[in-house]
Amino acid sequence: MIRIPCPFCGERDHSEFSYGGDGSIEYPELDAPAEQWHDAIFLRENIRGMQTETWQHSSGCRLWLLVERDTMTHEIRSVRAAHDGIARAMEASR
Amino acid sequence: MTRFSAWNVIRNGFSGQQGWSRQWRDPEPRAEYDAIIVGAGLHGLATAYYLAKNHGISRIAVLEKGWLGGGNAGRNTTIVRSNYMMPGNREFYEHSLKLWEELSHELNYNVMFSQRAHVSLFHSPGARDAAARRYNSMRLTGSDGELWDLDTLKHEIPHLDYNNARFPIIGAAVQRRAGTARHDAVAWGYARAADALGVDIIQNCEVTGVRRDGARIVGVDTSRGPIDGKKIGFAVAGNSSRLWQMAGLGRLPIESHKLQAFVSEPLKPLLDQVVVFGVGGAHFYISQSDKGGMVFGGDIDWYKSYAQRGNLPIVQDTAEAAMSILPCLGRVRLLRHWSGVMDMSMDGSPFICKTPLDNLYLNAGWNYGGFKASPASGWYFADLIANDRPHEVIANHDLQRFERGVNIDERGAGPDPKLHG
Repeated sequence: MIRIPCPFCGERDHSEFSYGGDGSIEYPELDAPAEQWHDAIFLRENIRGMQTETWQHSSGCRLWLLVERDTMTHEIRSVRAAHDGIARAMEASR
Repeated sequence: MTRFSAWNVIRNGFSGQQGWSRQWRDPEPRAEYDAIIVGAGLHGLATAYYLAKNHGISRIAVLEKGWLGGGNAGRNTTIVRSNYMMPGNREFYEHSLKLWEELSHELNYNVMFSQRAHVSLFHSPGARDAAARRYNSMRLTGSDGELWDLDTLKHEIPHLDYNNARFPIIGAAVQRRAGTARHDAVAWGYARAADALGVDIIQNCEVTGVRRDGARIVGVDTSRGPIDGKKIGFAVAGNSSRLWQMAGLGRLPIESHKLQAFVSEPLKPLLDQVVVFGVGGAHFYISQSDKGGMVFGGDIDWYKSYAQRGNLPIVQDTAEAAMSILPCLGRVRLLRHWSGVMDMSMDGSPFICKTPLDNLYLNAGWNYGGFKASPASGWYFADLIANDRPHEVIANHDLQRFERGVNIDERGAGPDPKLHG
């Protein structure tokens, strides 16, 4: 079991969370060329090692999170709210 | 190498089993080969075999970082079937099943292929209609398929739970020619047959680098020194992205996920078929091995991973699914469980294709389905490497299919690898 420290709820089992996917993807503008959309949707770095990914605390606070996790050891380095504004607000209120 | 035959079995029975030779050589790598296959799993070994057998290429090496058949070849549930519907997949998997039917004779090695029927349960009229469409498509394209009503199913498999109020079983879609095989025997059989045709299988030989000359691949650096190849094929599903990046080719439409499987303590004969249960988010498949162990599995672990170890929530999910259809398993103890790393692709279908490099070929993206595919995978990959053009059956198994809008999405799940279970 991976334990994920949710910034809102505290450390919980990963079974409380839903896995999103690769969090490093940046989607292009809506009117960007098809190749850019193709690359964003279909191609992956598929890192073996530390990668940024999205998880949602779906059985908890329902926040979407950006998690830095090692895909080989499953070690978690950092967790923060995926939405920048929420992440900043939570930082400020610490 | 001694050929297996009834005569040789009897003769060696009387001579203390002294007349057998080793099954394949342990050669030192040469400096150069006509063709190099990276990965001595089922797909790599089958490719080497068909390259030598069908295309007469003589100087072939298969490089393996560990021991042959030690990756996903030994980490699956050994199910063989061809109940795919999408154009491309339909012909491909049917060809594979036909190769399976003759494989033991072809390789002079008993792969213990058992056509015990693949029984896919359905639980609603809608699911029955979908199954009828799929299995009729199979019948119309040279395969077999049938629908069992509840009475037939109860007669064939009386000990399923037919009293499940939430998801009552109403019938099953069945492919009788489907079944299981002995996974190690397939790896050993292909290795032995390829070796007999002169293929060098080089184990403990990890590829550490890829040498290029512009748009050509020259060779690979390995833990046993540099090896050049006129043509090179990658067949390392699970780690395709890493080798791809080693070749400086960027990103693939693949994520590596892990899939767990389980085997119970051996039981007396309990289940004659492969039974599949999938409804309401559950996913479960089970058969009984020749040693009596119940072999079963479920979904992938949901998050990306290269670790060959599974998590406990999936163990629970799978156990719950088992109890939903076969409550008689409730007190059976688990003997082992394991996890393999899968190339999960963006549409759930594989890649057997040319690459941006002229003489490099890719075999990847097998999702859950690599075991059953291995004979045809080797067959078509060898055909691609030898003739430098894809066979028409695998015309859309290339990396550009998403650009063309030709997704081979059997499940209709969209471009999210974790959904293509």
